[in-house]
Amino acid sequence: MKWLRVTQVENIPVRQGRVVRFGSLELAIFNLGGAFRAVESRCPHKQGPLADGIVAGDDIICPLHNWRISLDSGFVKQPKEHAETCVKSFPCRVEQGVVMVAIPEDVLREAAA
Amino acid sequence: MAKPERLAVIGNGMAGVACVEQVLRHQRKFQITIFGDETHVNYNRILLSSVLAGERNVDEITINDWDWYRSNGIELRAGVRVVGIDSQAKALTGDDGSVTEFDKLIIATGSSPFVPPIDGVDKDGVFTFRNLDDTRGLLERSRPGAKAVVIGGGLLGLEAARGLQVQGCDVSVVHLADWLMERQLDAAGGRYLAHKMENLGVRVLCGANTARLRGNGRVEGVELRDGRVLDADLVVVAAGIRPNAAIGKTAGLEVRRGIVVDDFLRTSHPDIFAVGECVEHRGQLFGLVAPLIEQGKVLAATLAGAETAAFEASVPAAKLKIMGVDVFSAGDVRDDQEGVECVRYEDPALGIYKKLVLRDNRLQGVVLVGDAADSRRYADWLKTGEDLSAQRRSLLFPEPLGDGGLDVAQMPNAETVCGCNGVSKGDIIEAIHAKGVNTLAQLKECTRAATGCGSCTGLCESLLKAVAPEFEEESKKVLCGCVPFSQEQLREIIRTQRLKSVQEVLDVYGNGFGCQTCKPALSYLVDVIWCGDHAEDRSARFINDRVHANIQNDGTFSVVPRMRGGVTSPAELRKIADVAEKYQVRMVKVTGSQRLDLLGVKKEDLPKIWAELGMPSGQAYTKGVRMVKTCVGTDFCRFGTQNSIDTGIELERRLENLYTPHKFKMAVVGCPRNCAEATVKDVGLIGQEGSWQVVVGGAAGKGVRKADLLITVETTPQALEAAELFFQYYRENANYLERSYDFVERLGMEKVRKETVYAPEGKQQALLERLRKSKERSYDAWLERDRPSDPTQFVQIQPLEQPMPQEATA
Repeated sequence: MKWLRVTQVENIPVRQGRVVRFGSLELAIFNLGGAFRAVESRCPHKQGPLADGIVAGDDIICPLHNWRISLDSGFVKQPKEHAETCVKSFPCRVEQGVVMVAIPEDVLREAAA
Repeated sequence: MAKPERLAVIGNGMAGVACVEQVLRHQRKFQITIFGDETHVNYNRILLSSVLAGERNVDEITINDWDWYRSNGIELRAGVRVVGIDSQAKALTGDDGSVTEFDKLIIATGSSPFVPPIDGVDKDGVFTFRNLDDTRGLLERSRPGAKAVVIGGGLLGLEAARGLQVQGCDVSVVHLADWLMERQLDAAGGRYLAHKMENLGVRVLCGANTARLRGNGRVEGVELRDGRVLDADLVVVAAGIRPNAAIGKTAGLEVRRGIVVDDFLRTSHPDIFAVGECVEHRGQLFGLVAPLIEQGKVLAATLAGAETAAFEASVPAAKLKIMGVDVFSAGDVRDDQEGVECVRYEDPALGIYKKLVLRDNRLQGVVLVGDAADSRRYADWLKTGEDLSAQRRSLLFPEPLGDGGLDVAQMPNAETVCGCNGVSKGDIIEAIHAKGVNTLAQLKECTRAATGCGSCTGLCESLLKAVAPEFEEESKKVLCGCVPFSQEQLREIIRTQRLKSVQEVLDVYGNGFGCQTCKPALSYLVDVIWCGDHAEDRSARFINDRVHANIQNDGTFSVVPRMRGGVTSPAELRKIADVAEKYQVRMVKVTGSQRLDLLGVKKEDLPKIWAELGMPSGQAYTKGVRMVKTCVGTDFCRFGTQNSIDTGIELERRLENLYTPHKFKMAVVGCPRNCAEATVKDVGLIGQEGSWQVVVGGAAGKGVRKADLLITVETTPQALEAAELFFQYYRENANYLERSYDFVERLGMEKVRKETVYAPEGKQQALLERLRKSKERSYDAWLERDRPSDPTQFVQIQPLEQPMPQEATA
């Protein structure tokens, strides 16, 4: 697991998401009002850009077809028949006003390849 | 004919005047004189908090104006304080030296705020909150950012807190007991209420004992016993009320805490009576309006010699709206006694708390916070003391439908429905029969019922349903589970509670989170209600409204510049072509709206493209004003009878950049051949020789609907104004995502016409004024290319750190 410095806290407005790229890995990072969440940026349904969705509590609603995905677990919450589908989620923390994200080494290797 | 007896009334407040109103209904006539130490006519004290909150002005809380006194032959001695009663000579002495004789006397002096002996309470900037002068004083002192401390977390204190907070003050409530409204609520109920208030931005300190007020002449702070100090520019002392009973002593009446009265409101003197908050009845004092009105009725009957049932204080019950939160409390709510059982329901997310206290299967007390819809049922159970064994499984669930009508039918005509405005069931029935009232809105306008705290709204609806021949039930559908109110209710909540952001509405009336259904709808509502003077929160808007472009199935966006009236120029076309090539847009498409669409644009390119085009946003991505299609009209067409192009461009200019409940499409045609399809648009202007037809509610989408005629007018300015009136009326009254064609069908064209083009002049001007205000605050969204709403609105964030290649591959 490697912690990476992403961006200043103020660059991600409260209850919004922004896309950040590490090699071929594209993350959507969300500001839930102090706490941050990071998931893979594309919806498992039709690759909708999750960072452009509406935040609903701890969930994100995909802007294309309203799939609801938990930002804590990455699992799809709606539609219910896809509850086993998920996007990868990554731990976040804030250090000295900078959002940090932890990415496993194997994911980083894949992204760099 | 014998001269009528002289009836004097000391006190021009709600209880005294309500009693006089009842006296007037009886056969026996009096020559009435009312003394009031305030210089104002009788007003509704309950609504003072709404004056403080800026929702009403002073005139709007007047109950009886000067005309009422005059036409009923009542002499009002306003500003005269009665200082003594000579009960032998039956005469009153006023502070102006006047002496007035009476045959019968009613003492209705009410109560005064209790000001505890706190050190410094006499400083400048310390107020009580009891009458109009207090309210005016508070309004003068309050200003945005001022620090206000309210001492006392009972009903009055909380109302003062809300009013001050709406005025922009930074408000703290300091309460001695361990929870708010400790007499009416239990600890948990008090916590729910405190939580709601803190969500609204009011600080609540319970178990806080005020030691002294700081400041040199003028108050500067409140010091608590535990050493904490709160800064204060103004302080409101709301520590309870005390009966104004001293005047009773001058007459030698029996006075304990209040002036002692019997079951017929008689004092110890045969010709002197007392009513309201100044009395003590069977050891009990009164502070809420309902028993006072009841007392007035009994006393009026007593005076008329038509002795009726004795006054019997009912179980103390309070139904209130505190800072927009419904609170109901009745009976004995303590649950720590031997032999009582407690049934509870809590929903922390929605802030709903209900508790029933039972003894031997009979209701003994009830507390409701956040949802008081069932309060009548519980009040009945308390009154009848019925055995609830059979209902034990559904005590906290609403009654099955169908019983509502029965309930209203059994209510006596004289019973008060709206306590705030003193409207009885009989008044409402009369309004329905005599004035043809069919909707709640009409009922409010006609009787003012349900315009105070609103807690009787359900009852008014039940009455309408039972009695009005053509009752139209207003939509009961809630917006969504996050904020379970109808859009009609939400509009009212946002307006009366002065909520200016989506998050405030969600925090106070919803689950605090919201979702893709309610957030865009609430965004629309706060914008339209405050005419654009709201706190815009882009996170609550759909992505299209954050980046002002329409998201496509691959996550790219489309760009549609505004071409007013569908008119463009070679220079514009050249720029569009250049941009399309430079940014390699996937397709350039002529839209159905007489404009051009550039498809497949990356988010980061949007601001650059807008700048290079130099054209305004066509709002093709939003629920807003799309376009005005036009035919060529008199400019070119040999059949043209009206200048459709200029008129269309002007119409588009007047309405562009505004949000609407759903997309809004218009067309202007120069003759009835209708080449730009005005008859299937939300608004269409159809030119004919010497006049315009203005049509509304047309559709050519999922369904096809021919637009209805709103009005035919002679001149172009009249046609434009008619379109504006309809446009603003639709904006203010349609549900979010309701197209104009559904809206006009729901309301009926008769009503739409009556509320717009045939509305009274004042109403029309008000609609146009609000439209003008909204328009003034609106702007071309594409100008955000230079002033983004946040620094990364269109920017691809580059991470501060990339994993080193060797690390990544190691």
